[in-house]
Amino acid sequence: MADFETHEFDVLVIGAGGAGLRAAIESAVLGQRTAIVCKSLLGKAHTVMAEGGIAAALSNVYSEDNWRVHFRDTMRGGKMLNNWRMAQLHAQEAPDRVRELEEWGALFDRTEDGRILQRDFGGHRYARLAHVGDRTGLEMIRTLQQRLVALGVDVFQELTVTRLLTDGDRIAGAVGYWRDSGRLVLFRAKAVVLATGGLGKIWAITSNSWEGTGDGHALAMYAGADMIDMEFVQFHPTGMVWPPSVRGILVTEGVRGDGGTLRNQSGERFMFRYIPPMFAAETADSEEEADRWYDDRQHARRTPDLLPRDEVARAINAEVRAGRGSPHGGVFLDIASRRPAEYIKRRLPSMYHQFKELAGVDITREPMEVGPTCHYAMGGMRVDAETGASNVAGLYGAGEVTGGMHGSNRLGGNSLSDLVVFGRRAGMGAAQHAAGLQAVPALDSSQASACDESMEAPFRGDGKENPYTLHRELQDLMQVNVGIIRTDSDMRAALAGIAGLRERATRVKVEGGAAYNPGWHLAIDLGHMLTVAEAATRSALERKESRGGHTRDDFPNASGEFAKVNVVVRRAADGAFSVSQESLPAMPAELQRLFEED
Amino acid sequence: MAQASTALERRYGDTQRTDRWWLEPLLVGSGLLIFVVYSTVSGVLGEYWAFETEHGLYLSPFFEPLIHPEFLPDWFSPAILILWAPIGFRTTCYYYRRAYYRAYFLSPPACAVREPAGSYSGEGVFPFVLQNAHRWFMYVALLFIPILWNGAIRSFWLDGEGIGIGLGSVLLTVNAALLTMYTIGCHSLRHWVAGGLNQFSRTPLRRLRRRLWEIFTIANEHHRLWAWTSLIIVGVTDLYVHLVASEVVTDPNTWSGPI
Amino acid sequence: MPTAHLRVWRGTDDGEYVEYEVEYDEGMVVLDVVHRLQATQTPDLAVRWNCKAGKCGSCSAEINGKPRLQCMQRMELYPEGETITLAPLKTFPIIRDLVTNVAWNYDQARAMPELRLRPADADGNRRMAQIDIDRGQEFHKCIECYICQDVCHVIRDHPENMAGFAGPRFFVQLASIAMHPLDTNTRRATVDHGFGLDYCNITKCCTDVCPEGIHITDNAIIPLKERRVDEFHDPLRIIARKLTGRG
Repeated sequence: MADFETHEFDVLVIGAGGAGLRAAIESAVLGQRTAIVCKSLLGKAHTVMAEGGIAAALSNVYSEDNWRVHFRDTMRGGKMLNNWRMAQLHAQEAPDRVRELEEWGALFDRTEDGRILQRDFGGHRYARLAHVGDRTGLEMIRTLQQRLVALGVDVFQELTVTRLLTDGDRIAGAVGYWRDSGRLVLFRAKAVVLATGGLGKIWAITSNSWEGTGDGHALAMYAGADMIDMEFVQFHPTGMVWPPSVRGILVTEGVRGDGGTLRNQSGERFMFRYIPPMFAAETADSEEEADRWYDDRQHARRTPDLLPRDEVARAINAEVRAGRGSPHGGVFLDIASRRPAEYIKRRLPSMYHQFKELAGVDITREPMEVGPTCHYAMGGMRVDAETGASNVAGLYGAGEVTGGMHGSNRLGGNSLSDLVVFGRRAGMGAAQHAAGLQAVPALDSSQASACDESMEAPFRGDGKENPYTLHRELQDLMQVNVGIIRTDSDMRAALAGIAGLRERATRVKVEGGAAYNPGWHLAIDLGHMLTVAEAATRSALERKESRGGHTRDDFPNASGEFAKVNVVVRRAADGAFSVSQESLPAMPAELQRLFEED
Repeated sequence: MAQASTALERRYGDTQRTDRWWLEPLLVGSGLLIFVVYSTVSGVLGEYWAFETEHGLYLSPFFEPLIHPEFLPDWFSPAILILWAPIGFRTTCYYYRRAYYRAYFLSPPACAVREPAGSYSGEGVFPFVLQNAHRWFMYVALLFIPILWNGAIRSFWLDGEGIGIGLGSVLLTVNAALLTMYTIGCHSLRHWVAGGLNQFSRTPLRRLRRRLWEIFTIANEHHRLWAWTSLIIVGVTDLYVHLVASEVVTDPNTWSGPI
Repeated sequence: MPTAHLRVWRGTDDGEYVEYEVEYDEGMVVLDVVHRLQATQTPDLAVRWNCKAGKCGSCSAEINGKPRLQCMQRMELYPEGETITLAPLKTFPIIRDLVTNVAWNYDQARAMPELRLRPADADGNRRMAQIDIDRGQEFHKCIECYICQDVCHVIRDHPENMAGFAGPRFFVQLASIAMHPLDTNTRRATVDHGFGLDYCNITKCCTDVCPEGIHITDNAIIPLKERRVDEFHDPLRIIARKLTGRG
């Protein structure tokens, strides 16, 4: 066996975004020896990109708000495919998690009477998002990071985990490598929490950073975990479209929450033409009513600019396809003509800065050009709502790597709250599991050496494939064939393409050495991406309907049959995928009653 | 592809900056030097520091307020009793510190340009620890504001004959105004008025202090501008009073008849 | 397509500058050009990055001698045809190419005092007025790119000072703790001599380079120095303390 640097902990948390940090904090507070591992430097995880806010029914701005309304909004936004228990816990616990962030140092914007201010967001009935201008994610990650540091949790930065280790059917640890040296590291642990975030880097136009390669999704599958809802991918309606180098970078929904509106080429507010029946009763049908709503919730209904993200993304896509788009293939997002410059700069400072610096656009004077960008994976590891436990003993998960909480479509602002609500629960679940074990499970050294060999392969051999080229081709393949609008034939083409890329990936050749070599790192990540791309595509083929973040040209409507099931995908040890449909957990009657008024 | 290269800079003055980074310290250093030389000559050796007519009085700000007891010898300039205060205030001022640490101590000469000194111990050691006296000088500087305004107003006042205006009165007024801006933009004053508070909202008095802090902050953001303009105007005003008093130039004003 | 002439530091401490020519498109930033270089000519070129939108603070490097975020420097800023020099942050040990070991900063983070807030109100809320937190919110804009740490001459030119100096980024954090409206740490906890505030001679390079536009010197460092003056050097307070017999 190769020379592994070895560490032993009770709980190993993989990923240091909001979910991972919160899980590690909880585990450490419960007295478990805890370590956290992250691919980037601590505090750089994708959570910093979250802008608009954290959804929690604090009822500071609208006293009518409560967890039931938040729960109902979340389920409806997810087209009722959510795990009801997760949605319930999320809505009930989010306010406490927000107050806890405040206790640890977060400085949210304030109401007049000094409480936490909340802003409007798509799909939320009331102004509900606690926020810090448009940099809420940064506030959250820094707060959690400082809390983690104060607790003295062991941090392994710039370390990529490549495999989970198992002892029979339970977790025994993980293997990874230091990015700066390539040195292999072996963690022995009683419990592992996956909090690795998303997989957006499989698509070409994405808001995700290099880290979003679906590692955790792949690690879970390799370890035998069940994955659900992998077909549901959120294309955020508003990403930057120009200049090309920034295509996909996120433009917060807060722009619309604070008064911005979408317009097509001719200046028309086209969203009024795309109000789906499910939301018609509560959505304004005239511009006058929509504009009035910002100040008068009693007598006006909400603007269709703030429909759930899937609806808005599809509408923008349709406008562009119909030739009514903006010059660079998006639509216009206009706040300049609707709000004073000072207000825009105060509420949306980082958007102002981002457009000014990167696109040369002054958003207080001109409209932005925006279009859909791959943003978030609703699907992921199936976990127990209370504890974050997967079907693999000792393997826990929280955040974007898990599925169920958001159903087929996530509401804006529900991600940050998801991270802290379920990060805490997964940390607790893992800590309790670890506390119940006498010793760290035994280690199967053959698993670790197999990882070692597969990682060294790209340096050997006489292959000629460039990892950057293969990655680009995968992104283009998925963008074209498994994008916002999908068909059976396109997705079959994607599967064939993935198989071809997988074969070529065996011939990847990496130049240079093991020290901080991004080409090599990408070659390793590529395997995860191909696995995850295949799982997403196979799930998408299975769901023969359109719902949330899964829209099919060949099955354009929602189906009653598919409304009752999750698509579950599993990967066998030999690499074969199996896809099945399994019934959703049944919602208790008292919660069902919340939806009867529809 | 691969071509000749140089190692990362390690010596004084080494930098990869391609702009004219040396220009700012050069200009700042020259400007300060000119002022120091001028004010020494004028304040310590100079004569003709006041210009008194039958109507108005122009007193050079270097000598304001005039302290000129009989027992002092002739060679002792009254400016010496005054100048320690503004010199102390400006020497310990956070802006001037930046300026002269960069221009004279080359510590650093400019950002990301290697400095010459082999070791560095900052403001914790003598003599730099004396910078903490800025608060003391700030209190004294506050006393000077009404005194300088008094001098400015006096220059408009025609003894028993109402109000007049001369170029000297204008200069003295602008001088008092710029010095006021420089003083209320002082970091120490800005801190003193409310910066030490953590809860502005607790009482009406604290809210008022916060309001003042906001106003002082606006002045503070341009502290460099006030530092330079007030420095130049005080020099120019002093020079002007000398020139008028020594009858090198004639002051255009409303009391000497048409200009 | 215009061509960029890049001069990029390759290797570790004893590395060298290597020149490359890379074609680029309209609207590209320096980081895009580095990525294109990586994808087409130098697959092992080490560069750290994440968000590519100026929000995470990963891609700090020295561009023509000035510490910058590579993702926020548009190519239009540099005259076409002129060589652009790209170097790693010089204050920290080089890992490889444009990547440095910034662990020292995380050591400083561990030394920061922990916030200790007063208990919440009876209804579970903590009431804080916007005017009481807006200073703190400015400090919280920090993306920890460590460009201010890199440019600070106290350690850039005198690495021996690293042992007793937290650096501008952490003065900002100290200021944020010191000014928190509900914190109960003593005043002296945040102006402690151990953080090396005295080393700062307020030459303001940190403020000049901050990509978030935080007024590090004026709003964080000088107020901390002034709080220390309050504690130890203010004549009126000294007299007041003598008269009241406190402190």
